[in-house]
Amino acid sequence: MLQANNLEKSFDALGVLRRVSLHVEKGEVVAIIGRSGSGKSTLLRCLNHLEKVDAGYIRVDGDVMVDTENGGYAPRDKLHAICLKMGYVFQNFNLFPHFSVLRNLTEAQRCVLKRPKEEAEARAEALLEKVGLSDKRDQYPYQLSGGQQQRVAIARALALDPMILCFDEPTSALDPLLTKDVLTVIRDLARDNNTMIVVTHEMAFAREVADRVMYMEDGRILAQGTPQEVFSEQAVRAFTAVAPDQAL
Amino acid sequence: MKYFDNPERMVLLLRQMLDGLGVTMTLFALTLVISLPLGLVFALLRMSKLKVLRFPVWLLILIMRGTPLILQVFTVYFILPQIFGMSFERMTAVVISFGINYAAYFAEIYRAGVEGIPQGQREAAHVLGMSRAQAFFRILLPQMIKRIMLPVSNEVITLVKDTALVTAIGMVELYRVARNAASASGSLEPLFVAGIFYLILNTLVTAAFDAMGRRLDYYKG
Ligand SMILES: Nc1ncnc2c1ncn2[C@@H]1O[C@H](COP(=O)(O)OP(=O)(O)OP(=O)(O)O)[C@@H](O)[C@H]1O
Ligand SMILES: [Mg+2]
Repeated sequence: MLQANNLEKSFDALGVLRRVSLHVEKGEVVAIIGRSGSGKSTLLRCLNHLEKVDAGYIRVDGDVMVDTENGGYAPRDKLHAICLKMGYVFQNFNLFPHFSVLRNLTEAQRCVLKRPKEEAEARAEALLEKVGLSDKRDQYPYQLSGGQQQRVAIARALALDPMILCFDEPTSALDPLLTKDVLTVIRDLARDNNTMIVVTHEMAFAREVADRVMYMEDGRILAQGTPQEVFSEQAVRAFTAVAPDQAL
Repeated sequence: MKYFDNPERMVLLLRQMLDGLGVTMTLFALTLVISLPLGLVFALLRMSKLKVLRFPVWLLILIMRGTPLILQVFTVYFILPQIFGMSFERMTAVVISFGINYAAYFAEIYRAGVEGIPQGQREAAHVLGMSRAQAFFRILLPQMIKRIMLPVSNEVITLVKDTALVTAIGMVELYRVARNAASASGSLEPLFVAGIFYLILNTLVTAAFDAMGRRLDYYKG
C-alpha cells in the first residue's frame, strides 16, 4: 500500500531523516515511536507532501509520488491525486475556525472531490455519528473541547476516503481524560481495518493497537517489528524507561 | 458671528457644502472601490514566490507609502500628462492616485492579516487536497477579513480626511467650499461646520465597521 525507500531530509545541513525506509500493508496499523526530535513528524510530513524529501522514493498504492533518482516528484495533477490517497491528522487539529463542524467536513469533499452537497453532508453526518459528535454539527470549533476538535479533525480527514490515514501525536495536545475519547476512535478505526500510521507517545496504546511498531532515533529507524519484538529491544527499552507511559 | 446667528446665510452655506460633500463622497467611494480589491492584487503579488512579481510591487508600495499623497496627486495630474501627452479630468487623476496609494496601504494590511493566520490552516487545506487558490479564497481570505477590520477602519477614516488634500489641484469639495466661504466672509465658522461634516462621516464609518465586526463575531480564532 505504501512503500518508502531511503528517504533523506535535512534542514540547514541538519540531517533529520537519514535513509529512512518503511512499508505499510493494507489494513495495517503502524505506530512510530521515538524521542523528541528524532524525525517522526518530519517523516510523516514527507509522506504527506507537507515537506519535500531531499532524496528517496515514495509509492502509494502503486503510484510513485517521488523518485529522486528518476525524475523527482510526480507532475502536479498526478501528485495531487496521490496525496489524496493519504489523510493527515495534526497534533493541534487545525480545524477551520470560520466554518461550522459540518462545513469543516464538507468543504473539501465539495471543492476537491466535487461531491454534490447532499452527498457530502450525508457522508459528514455519518462520520460525525461514528466519532460520537452528531449533536455538534452546527457548532464552531471554538465551542468544542480539544478532544472533540480532534475527533472532528479525524472525521474531516476520513471524509475524503483516504487509503492511509496518518496521525501525528493526535493526543499530545489533550489532557488524559480527553485523550481517551480520541484513542477510542482510533482504536475503532483500526478494528475496521483502516490502514494507519500513528506517531505517538502513548506506549500502551501503540502496544495494544499497532500491528507493527517502528522506533526512530536520530533520523533512523532503529527497530521495527511486532510490538512485543520492538518493546523488548535494548534501545527501545532504554527509551520507554524514560518516556512517561501514560497507560490506559 | 456671521453664520451661526443668521439662519438664511447658514442655509445657503449648508447647501453649498452639500454640493461639496457630494464631490468628497464620490472621491471617497471611488477610491475604496478601486483600492480595496487592488490592494488584494498587490498583496498577492507581494507574497508571490516569484521575485519578478514581488519586487516591482514591493517598490511601488515603498514609493506610495514613502512619499506624500499630495505629491502623487500632482504627479498624476500635472506630470504624467506632460510625459504621455494626455490629460486627465481632475477627478480621474485624483481617483487614480488615491486608489493606488490606498491600495498600497491595504496591501500591507492584507499581507499582515494573511501572514498572521497560523501555518496549520494552510497545511490543513493542503492535506485536504485544496489547491493554493482554493486554500486562499476558502480558508485564508475569510479569516484574514476578520483580522484586518481594525487597521482597515483606520485607513478608511484617514481617507475621509485625506479627501481635503485635493483642494491643492483646485477641486471644489467639502473643505474647499468651507475655505472659500471663510475667506469671503472673514469668519472661521464655515471651517468649523466642515469639521462637523467630517466628524459625522467618520461616525458613520465607525458604526459601519462596528456592525461588520459584530457580524464576524460568530467565530473565534
Ligand atoms: N521546518 C523546520 N526547520 C528546521 N528544522 C526543523 C524543521 N522541522 C523540524 N526540524 C528539526 O528536525 C528535527 C526533527 O524534528 P521532528 O519534528 O521531525 O521530530 P519529532 O520526532 O516529531 O519530535 P517530537 O516528538 O518533539 O514531535 C528536530 O531537530 C527539529 O528541530
Ligand atoms: Mg513531532
